[in-house]
Amino acid sequence: MSFKIVQPGILSLLQDRGRRGQLHLGLTNGGPLDREAFYYCNRLLGNAGNNTAIEVSFGGLQLVAEVDTFICVTGADMPLHINGEERPLWSVHAVAAGDSISLDFAENGCRSYLGVADGFTVEPSFGSTATVMRENIGGLRGDKLQAGDQLPCNPVHKRKHYYLAPEHQPRYQNTITVRVIPGYQQHHFSRLQQRRFFSHAYAVSDRCDRMGYRLEGPAIKCDIEGILSEGICFGAIQVPADGQPIVLLNDRQTIGGYPKIGSALSLDAARLAQLRPGGSVHFVPISPHGAHNALHLAQSFAQHQPLLERT
Amino acid sequence: MELHSAGEDAIMLYLGEETSPEISARVQAAAAAIKPALGADLVDLVPSYASLLIIYDAIHTDHLSIAHRVRATIAALQTQPGAEGRTVVLPVYYAAEVGEDLESLARHAGLSTAEVIALHSGTEYRVYAIGFAPGFAYLGQVDERITAPRLTTPRQKVPRGAVAIADRQTAVYPAVSPGGWNLIGRCPVRMFDPDAEPTMPVTVGDRVRFEPVSRERFVALGGDLA
Repeated sequence: MSFKIVQPGILSLLQDRGRRGQLHLGLTNGGPLDREAFYYCNRLLGNAGNNTAIEVSFGGLQLVAEVDTFICVTGADMPLHINGEERPLWSVHAVAAGDSISLDFAENGCRSYLGVADGFTVEPSFGSTATVMRENIGGLRGDKLQAGDQLPCNPVHKRKHYYLAPEHQPRYQNTITVRVIPGYQQHHFSRLQQRRFFSHAYAVSDRCDRMGYRLEGPAIKCDIEGILSEGICFGAIQVPADGQPIVLLNDRQTIGGYPKIGSALSLDAARLAQLRPGGSVHFVPISPHGAHNALHLAQSFAQHQPLLERT
Repeated sequence: MELHSAGEDAIMLYLGEETSPEISARVQAAAAAIKPALGADLVDLVPSYASLLIIYDAIHTDHLSIAHRVRATIAALQTQPGAEGRTVVLPVYYAAEVGEDLESLARHAGLSTAEVIALHSGTEYRVYAIGFAPGFAYLGQVDERITAPRLTTPRQKVPRGAVAIADRQTAVYPAVSPGGWNLIGRCPVRMFDPDAEPTMPVTVGDRVRFEPVSRERFVALGGDLA
């Protein structure tokens, strides 16, 4: 019982919520770049929440169902077709063995999540199925999906046809604001440098991937060039000697020696990961108190967002 | 001791500013004490040379509670001299055949390759940090006479098991990867094996000694010359 990959698209990876408690081995987190879209994918399907889905970057995925079950796609607006017929995203669809499913290229955003009822049943590695290609760990073979891959899952015969009302679906813009908790070596950036960082737009460069997004804009100078290597948390904003900030994401290395000005709020890092090269980012500071409140409110909001049911 | 915010669910504890066995031992002691103090609120801990990154569950607790508990734990911390990690002996086949930079490093140091090998294997190292890649352990400090800066152009492919030096650090590459350190030999022990228990032969705070072995012994121990 499985789905078979016909075309993997540019980059399709099996992901669950990611690895926890393994950083001390040098193993990074992995997991969905857009946690919000991943969360809704599982919630709409009636899944427990940490079920393995496919993270599709940019689009171009084609697969065939070899099982009767339900699927849902959330995230970037990659047109979804089932047997050639266009179907809405953020909505649960029944599929039968033999159905062909395709996700075309997105116009807005660049990551989407194709989930299945009860999730794909792959063996976890270090407590997670998240694929980290750099580490050759998770997913199938520790690698991206390839044509011919079989993604095992269980047949499911009953699920509600939930969908998220269009007015509640995120709109992926090309200009975003990223809230930053100042921290780490913040005091090694002068007030002028910090003001520069928080008052200019930065563009997403070509060097953006699951490890991090390198941005381009007015260079920020730090009093120090390097530090003793230390742990890097999710969202940390590293500023190497060229002064161009890098927002470190799910597949970042676990320790490093470049100074950091603070860390992006995860809610906004998810939106950052939906940007492509040329996208524009404004940074604004947020206090640890403000960040804590924002996280709690976002969680409550997502959990209580009403789902509609198609009949 | 300094506590800085790091991110929405992370704080950074600094216990010093340089590489020293004393500070590293404090980091170890702090990590060991913080684990039980934070219990289920703790998500991950990243010890390094002089710091400890503490990642917590921001939905079930908050930075104020975490900072308070970390401060109290550190204030009560006993530095126990002698409570050091284990000593792990790693065999190394030192030769130009598998250590492409051994001869140039010796030349720069004004030493024979035998002297470089004697200095590298005659020092007991401490595992200061693990990171960069799964299982990559930063060992220090390398004898000042055989330090060497990173290569200006990193190699595309360093083999698994490569024993290398960069500045006053040394390491065994846990997997094939790009790398800019100076290669002096090869170790047959796997530094990271997902199927083994434990996954790594060393942990932060352990001591490591390298033992020179012959080509035959290296191969017998499962070493790969390719």
